[in-house]
Amino acid sequence: MYLDNSATTQVSEEVFNEMEPYFTQEFGNPSTLYKIGRESKKALDLARQRVADAINAKPEEIFFTSGGSESDNLAIKGIAFKLAKKGKHIITTNIEHPAVKNTLGFLESLDFKVTYLPVYEDGLIKIEDLKEAITDETILITVMHANNEIGTVQPIEEIGKIAREKKIKFHTDAVQSFGKIEVDVEKLNVDLLSLSSHKINGPKGVGALYIKKGTRVVPLIHGGGQEKGIRSGTENVPGIVGFGKACELASQQLEQHYEKLSSIRDELIEKVLATIPEAYLNGDRENRLPNLVNFRFKAIEGESLILLLDAKGYQASTGSACSSNTLEASPVLTALGLDPVDVHGSLRISLAPESDEFDVDEFVNVIEESVSRLREMSPLWNQELDYDGVMCKKHDDCRLC
Amino acid sequence: MDYSEKVMDHFANPRNCRKMEDANGVGTVGNPTCGDLMTIYIKVEDDVIQDISFQTFGCGAAIATSSMITEIAVGKTLEEALKISRNDVAEELDGLPPIKMHCSNLAADGLQAAIENYYENNQ
Ligand SMILES: Cc1ncc(COP(=O)(O)O)c(C=O)c1O
Ligand code: FES
Repeated sequence: MYLDNSATTQVSEEVFNEMEPYFTQEFGNPSTLYKIGRESKKALDLARQRVADAINAKPEEIFFTSGGSESDNLAIKGIAFKLAKKGKHIITTNIEHPAVKNTLGFLESLDFKVTYLPVYEDGLIKIEDLKEAITDETILITVMHANNEIGTVQPIEEIGKIAREKKIKFHTDAVQSFGKIEVDVEKLNVDLLSLSSHKINGPKGVGALYIKKGTRVVPLIHGGGQEKGIRSGTENVPGIVGFGKACELASQQLEQHYEKLSSIRDELIEKVLATIPEAYLNGDRENRLPNLVNFRFKAIEGESLILLLDAKGYQASTGSACSSNTLEASPVLTALGLDPVDVHGSLRISLAPESDEFDVDEFVNVIEESVSRLREMSPLWNQELDYDGVMCKKHDDCRLC
Repeated sequence: MDYSEKVMDHFANPRNCRKMEDANGVGTVGNPTCGDLMTIYIKVEDDVIQDISFQTFGCGAAIATSSMITEIAVGKTLEEALKISRNDVAEELDGLPPIKMHCSNLAADGLQAAIENYYENNQ
């Protein structure tokens, strides 16, 4: 059972069927004038309309990109370079996806100043903190809609209202929220919004940036002038077609999926917390996506939990340092103020609406068994081990301590 | 993580994983902040490791290396056991992913700490 849908999703059959002709028969370049080119152009137009409809935007406000990361880069650098003469201050949070965080880090190296709003134990920012952070120099606020690790949903509408009053551009990364909860650019008061196709049963390597009419950005990719000069390069027609179809399906099924997923999620949270001692939910209980939960279990390490779950046929993920390429603990869980040892014991489960055969009781049993097994092995469980005295005594080649 | 079959076997079926109540040498190494903490228990008689066990908080590699060292060290004299290196443990497991070589490959250090503790206790 695949429980890592925040990482990526399976392309649905309807999406795949819609894409297929554009690899072989309908291979024309949308910029050309003969029939097969015009057919490709028509397909792009339809996809653009579908994406726009899904977020209550106009088709001319949709710019196709290579995915969520590029959309975030285009929004943030695009605004920063455009408005650098007005000011060089940007406000964000300390739980953004690396596509936002590292883009801002790059801008800092170019003398932009970035304020990272803290989140509290519930994984949410406080509006007062935002108000205090705004200066005359602030040109952009970028706050993610839903977080990819803990699933908490930020008060975007309210942030947008403040940004608008202060005439500051506002971007949100809606890669995780799109298709799970309502994403309406009018209600959210945003100027720019990032989307990615592969999180909603569309193909990988395609996404879009919504740019509100009247908002100008500097392009990152210069060339033949596609996407009104904002994103050059011959369009990924099959990908965009698939993305468009995935958007259409996602909006049609939004409410139905929300009901179904949130009821499974609630059952899962309730049963895990009731069955497993020293188990906790990471992030706010209420303001969260219907499909994502993140737990932590005392005295165990997440990578070994993932391996045990995998052996039982469940694929999930963890924020443990041991499972990352850099051996760094999840900055998101760390931002919640968790002890590093507790960050190690985290488990992220992200559900798919098509997971009909998912049996919560059975899964909770498997987690319970695996957690107990690791705790039996763990010197940190039920023992008063004073580990301060032994920290890294023999471990001087350690890269982190 | 790309673990060898042997690592996966020792992770899934760890050997000698228990607290030893009558150990006469105990060593703990690692750092729970980084994700690995390992306690090695030994019972030494006539300078030979008669019994050895471990408890580990850590990733697949940390658990597998702890399990493996108990198999390598049992029956060895203390002098022989002190010569077991991190590389020996990794080799016996058919290798570890490079990133795990330092951080999780603590077992040899843990055994050394247990032997030092035995010496301290029995001076
Ligand atoms: C919140 C968020 N933003 C951006 C991205 C990047 O999207 P993509 O993989 O399409 O570049 C992801 C997914 O990895 C994400 O979860
Ligand atoms: S990285 Fe493992 S103890 Fe520091």
